[in-house]
Amino acid sequence: MLSAAPDTRQVDVLVIGAGPAGMAAALSAHQAGLQVLVLDENARPGGQIYRDVAQSPLPAPALLGPDYLHGRTLVVQFQASGIACWDQTLVWQITPDRQVSFTRKGALAGSGQIQARRIIIANGAYERPFPVPGWQLPGVMGVGAAQILLKSAALLPREPVVLAGCGPLLYLFAWQLIQFGQPVKAILDTTPADGLRQALRYLPAALRSPSPLLKGLRLLWAIRRSGTRHIKGVTALELLGQQQLEAVRYQAVGRSATLATSLVLLHQGVVPNVQLTRSLGCEHVWSEAQLCWHPRLDGWGETSRPGIFVAGDGGGIAGALAAQAAGALTGWQVAQQLGVMDAPRRDALAAQAHKERKRQRAVRPFLDALYRPGDRFRRPPDHAMVCRCEEVSAGEVRQMAQLGCAGPNQTKTFSRCGMGPCQGRFCGLTVAELLAQQHQQPVADIGYYRIRAPIKPVTIGDLAVSYVPDPNLPPPQEY
Amino acid sequence: MPNDSLFKTVAGASPQHIKVWIDGQCCQVSEGISVAAALLQAGVRACRTTPVSAQPRAPFCMMGQCFDCLVEIDGQSNQQACMQRVREGMQIHAMDGARSLC
Repeated sequence: MLSAAPDTRQVDVLVIGAGPAGMAAALSAHQAGLQVLVLDENARPGGQIYRDVAQSPLPAPALLGPDYLHGRTLVVQFQASGIACWDQTLVWQITPDRQVSFTRKGALAGSGQIQARRIIIANGAYERPFPVPGWQLPGVMGVGAAQILLKSAALLPREPVVLAGCGPLLYLFAWQLIQFGQPVKAILDTTPADGLRQALRYLPAALRSPSPLLKGLRLLWAIRRSGTRHIKGVTALELLGQQQLEAVRYQAVGRSATLATSLVLLHQGVVPNVQLTRSLGCEHVWSEAQLCWHPRLDGWGETSRPGIFVAGDGGGIAGALAAQAAGALTGWQVAQQLGVMDAPRRDALAAQAHKERKRQRAVRPFLDALYRPGDRFRRPPDHAMVCRCEEVSAGEVRQMAQLGCAGPNQTKTFSRCGMGPCQGRFCGLTVAELLAQQHQQPVADIGYYRIRAPIKPVTIGDLAVSYVPDPNLPPPQEY
Repeated sequence: MPNDSLFKTVAGASPQHIKVWIDGQCCQVSEGISVAAALLQAGVRACRTTPVSAQPRAPFCMMGQCFDCLVEIDGQSNQQACMQRVREGMQIHAMDGARSLC
């Protein structure tokens, strides 16, 4: 129970996020006998991929495919385990000494702090920014967003919809729409022309665990059989409209055309959510393969901050099954570190999860190369809006680079780009790419925003209530 | 504000409906869905206009990362509509432009 007074609780393992990685990590740690608390911002466990899988509003959730339903077993197991899980709970700060500040909504609303002996961050990923001119218009959403509407609210696009971009999630959703009897108006496919050629060198490794590839081929084949218009080699996109989306203009090999539409769904992959790891000062490494930053992790998922781990896509994109395996082995490593399990036992338990994670990761280099977002879609034309919150254009960012801004923190200071409520989630990568382009440097050298807690806006009341004074400090001076 | 919705309910899904108020207008929306989903279901195209230039925005990511679905819920401003579920009688208001401080 939370009261209005400051309250510090202690817990062995605090898991942030109840998606596949978080649930698996919690189960491992709990089974080892540790006291575990899971905090999740949503009302039910499942993360993004398994949203509402245990309580689907759909008459036939099986139409979403077997990968979605797989999550049901895990969610049911998690909910039956007795592991403490606080829903509607935002973690807005973590300190290096593992003090966690949270705000909880709903019936048990309140704020507070928890001291954890170990923290497992399993906050997953979100859709890569796709800064196409006009992407801020009403009527433009992420493919993932439309999928959430389907999974959680049983809502489908009313009219045949245009999907634009590339990557496994885009094809999956196109397939799901077809399963639900909803025709797709067109797929505007931005897969780079040399994607397959670049990816071929990774095909042997991918073929060692062929199941993801076979799944993908089946999806693509079903899309082809449905007769869906699939326009490949799209090199430019523009979203047109005054107060809302009215049309999409595209350029593909040797032609350009305009499609009238009120709804376009964009997708060009997903990227790790690094707000918490950045705010903690964890080391991050640029992944040229995935074109994003990953927190630096050891084989068990431990970050550069001792006792703080990342499991799942928050550490690098590898998908839900890899996330589940990573969560499991991270949970066991934590158990070993906290002394409730010896190393040989940990290794015995983790062997299967290590194998599974390796299997799931095998396809990644191939997919990352095949669906590598094109330069123009990471480094957009001048009139594209880069920072949606503060409405800063790509042209303005390029201009600031010419004025001498070397990094995103300088462009932030000059223009407020990255200072809005999303805290750089949707502009950080784009700004880094644009600066890299202007300065002709690798993105890795450009760097990222300095991210500070709170990682989402909180009220002064939340801050005040969750503050726990240090009893060792001298009392405040009275004036 | 509600007009033609871009979305329709999946055939065969028969959610219970509850009443919420969107900019003073009573709307029937599915029980248990997010406020953002409810706005889209009710036909809202733009749920706010931006503080910087008063341009219209609508939910974009539906998972609490983009902050474009900010609305006023039961008197509390700047609530992420996609991160809360609808309740019977909920009062939802668009936020237009920048906040006035006086």
